[in-house]
Amino acid sequence: MHEAKHHTEHCHHQAADSASGASGSTHELLIEGAGCASCVGKIESALQKVPGVTQASMNFAQRTVSVSGNVSDQSLIAAVEAAGYGAKVAASESTADLLDEKEQADFAYYKRLMREMTIALGLGVPLMLYGLFIGEMTVNTTGERIGWLLVGLATLAVMLFSGRHFYVGAWKSLVNHNANMDTLIALGTGTAWLYSMVVVFFPQVVPEMARHVYFEATAMIIGLINLGLALEIRARGRTSEAIKRLIGLQPKTARVLRDGQEVDIPIEQVMQGDQVRVRPGEKIPVDGRVVEGHSSVDESMLTGEPMPVEKTADDEVVGGTLNRSGTLLFKATRVGKDTALARIISMVKQAQNSKPPIGRLADVISGYFVPAIMIIAVVGALVWLNVGPEPTVAFAVVSATTVLIIACPCALGLATPMSVMVGVGKAAEAGVLIRNGEALQTASRITAMILDKTGTITEGTPKVTEIVPVDSTDEAEVLRLAATLEQGSEHPLAQSIVESAKERELSLGSVERFNAIAGHGVEGSVEGRALLFGNEKLMHDRGITIDSYLERAQSMAAQAQTPMYLAADNRLLALIAVADPIKQDSVAAIKRLQKDGIRVVMLTGDNRETAKAVAEQVGIKEVFAEVLPEDKSKKVAELQQQGEIVGMTGDGINDAPALALADVGFAIGTGTDVAIESADVTLMRGSLHGLADAIAVSRATLRNIRQNLFGAFIYNAAGVPVAAGLLYPFVGVLLSPVIAGAAMAFSSLTVVSNANRLRLFKPQEH
Amino acid sequence: MLIINLLGLLLIALIVWWFWLYKSPTAQLDSGQITINVNDGVYDPAHIRVPAGQPARLGFLRKDPSPCASVVVFKDFDISEELPLNQIKEVALQPMQPGRYSFTCQMQMYRGELIVE
Repeated sequence: MHEAKHHTEHCHHQAADSASGASGSTHELLIEGAGCASCVGKIESALQKVPGVTQASMNFAQRTVSVSGNVSDQSLIAAVEAAGYGAKVAASESTADLLDEKEQADFAYYKRLMREMTIALGLGVPLMLYGLFIGEMTVNTTGERIGWLLVGLATLAVMLFSGRHFYVGAWKSLVNHNANMDTLIALGTGTAWLYSMVVVFFPQVVPEMARHVYFEATAMIIGLINLGLALEIRARGRTSEAIKRLIGLQPKTARVLRDGQEVDIPIEQVMQGDQVRVRPGEKIPVDGRVVEGHSSVDESMLTGEPMPVEKTADDEVVGGTLNRSGTLLFKATRVGKDTALARIISMVKQAQNSKPPIGRLADVISGYFVPAIMIIAVVGALVWLNVGPEPTVAFAVVSATTVLIIACPCALGLATPMSVMVGVGKAAEAGVLIRNGEALQTASRITAMILDKTGTITEGTPKVTEIVPVDSTDEAEVLRLAATLEQGSEHPLAQSIVESAKERELSLGSVERFNAIAGHGVEGSVEGRALLFGNEKLMHDRGITIDSYLERAQSMAAQAQTPMYLAADNRLLALIAVADPIKQDSVAAIKRLQKDGIRVVMLTGDNRETAKAVAEQVGIKEVFAEVLPEDKSKKVAELQQQGEIVGMTGDGINDAPALALADVGFAIGTGTDVAIESADVTLMRGSLHGLADAIAVSRATLRNIRQNLFGAFIYNAAGVPVAAGLLYPFVGVLLSPVIAGAAMAFSSLTVVSNANRLRLFKPQEH
Repeated sequence: MLIINLLGLLLIALIVWWFWLYKSPTAQLDSGQITINVNDGVYDPAHIRVPAGQPARLGFLRKDPSPCASVVVFKDFDISEELPLNQIKEVALQPMQPGRYSFTCQMQMYRGELIVE
């Protein structure tokens, strides 16, 4: 692992060197066609002869050669080619490049398959039409023998050109005591061709009724399966759209301050601590902390949060997000592989490739599948030969060929990974990061969800929710006075007052003779007025009349708000309520969960009354209140003992043990400040809709997997017996190998296409 | 007919022996490392002996453009790696308990085995 990482860094430096065009830079080439160790010397000496090269050394295992010197890549490639090998510039290991390369390779393979398909069907289709409408495909006269011999040779050419990869693969697997799809196709088409050639060359060894040739089957099957594979590659490409979109978020260059000047450099060269400038409409290249400037940043591509976020000095910005209105100068804090975007990409990729337990049975079956099908083909043929109607040989051959061709282990193996790939990607698009296939599967089965109150259902930061002025005092004036007084206090409620004043852009004055009265409030003098700010008891102690506002204060408390009184010169000025406000969409999201049949429970350390008030507002009936932080996991266990499959949602830091104990732990993020490593599922935005989305996506994915697995099982379980001839005694028809070929080619395509349907899935927000 | 039936049964026995019962030859790690070619439907070598309790590094060189070959899965270790075409992708394994652990493609058609002892 360390070595691999080291290697990557090494490559980056090289890329940097050659980009800057410095003399004596290092070039890395990928060598093609070097089959033996003796090539190493030849290639190295050829490169050393190129003017300007100071050193060339080849790594035979990696098929790479690194060359130092002041030369161009082109002259090096030319030298290697002159020596009889192929060479190209070694690709950097950036994810975007790797993906491009993969797409190019896939496309080249797609084109090859389509070419091979055209040739095979070019022979197969006319032959099949001839057999269906024009003549019998039988061998009786010498003329027919010669004609079919030519067709047989043409079919052989198709097998060698279009079906070579099946036969090579089948042979290599065979000598390795392994069997795969190639084995089945090679055996099936090979049997049909070989039997036909026997009929052509030695018609006398076959009963007259069975002198039938099946060249069209061989050509058609090869063509159809190539077509199926080609379409499958196309469909597979679409399954990775989500990750492509994430990778596409990464800008290629950054504008960095170097020696007082702004220079554009490749993203790989940005270092931690660099000062980076982004203008309106540009993407933020790496993670960092704002040094100066003010702007709104669209983070929706990462968090799913539709509202732009205001950024000013000291705020964190995240690479890949879009700077909207102003210019920002920020200091890079995380670059390269450490950025939030890079970690998200690697986590999504990892999760996309992991398998949920539901796929395990299919895995076990596919391990034994191919040899089992071969045995079924032999048994089927024996049954036809022993008890079948005449011509038994022809029936035996057709049944064996059809069984071998129709069986599709791939559909079974593809069923799970394709859906996981699309489902996990879909979730990532909605700002939901799912750790692995197992978390995905369990999330789909959750029956009870525990929601932490502070920071999950509520914002987590208290705010002024209501100002009730006495007489005709202005609300803003009340807030300004209270905030001025509270400036010096460190109490969280005091901070919320100051914050609210700042939000309204009120300018605060100065306070004299400030005094904090522990447990009650504060007092001080502002602009010559003696201010007193605190709870009911403080007002009583100072003999200030508040009677007419007591009822109002009590109703505030019943709504989980904290009422505070502000008095000036011994007269009540206003009643101010502070509360941790419930997130705007918590109510709707909780309703979605409940509608999905999930038992929603609230968990909090707050006192029972506040807890009850919040729960009532968001429509939660069950509450665990006054729970100490260390007891949170006990509540998870309690529900598990009741037989529930428990999801726990919290901030991922204070709730870590409870998240770990829950069947699925959901860490709710605030923006992109994600605790990616801590939970099974990370919700990038603060909204609880992310939670409902996560469950909806996981359920949709599992439903899709079940459809796929069911389809693949039924296809094989029904197709193989029918192909073997089980229906023949009842309806007198045996399946044609060509139809088997078409069915097999499109079965795995169907699986991939069904998985692709998930891309259209949209979680319902309301 | 008897001969044909006997031949058929023999063929079945051969299939069972060749694919399921036969013990394949194994390859050893060279200083904790080995390169495995991924081509034409097989991992070569496919059966690899690994000393227990030691980390191992497996380099996969995929030459097969077929998408089947593009991912290698070690299901016992929850490892799943994408293999780029014509480049060595290294999979680092933590020290393992003795036992047999399979590695496969996503569809279980490419199959290999680590024999840890």
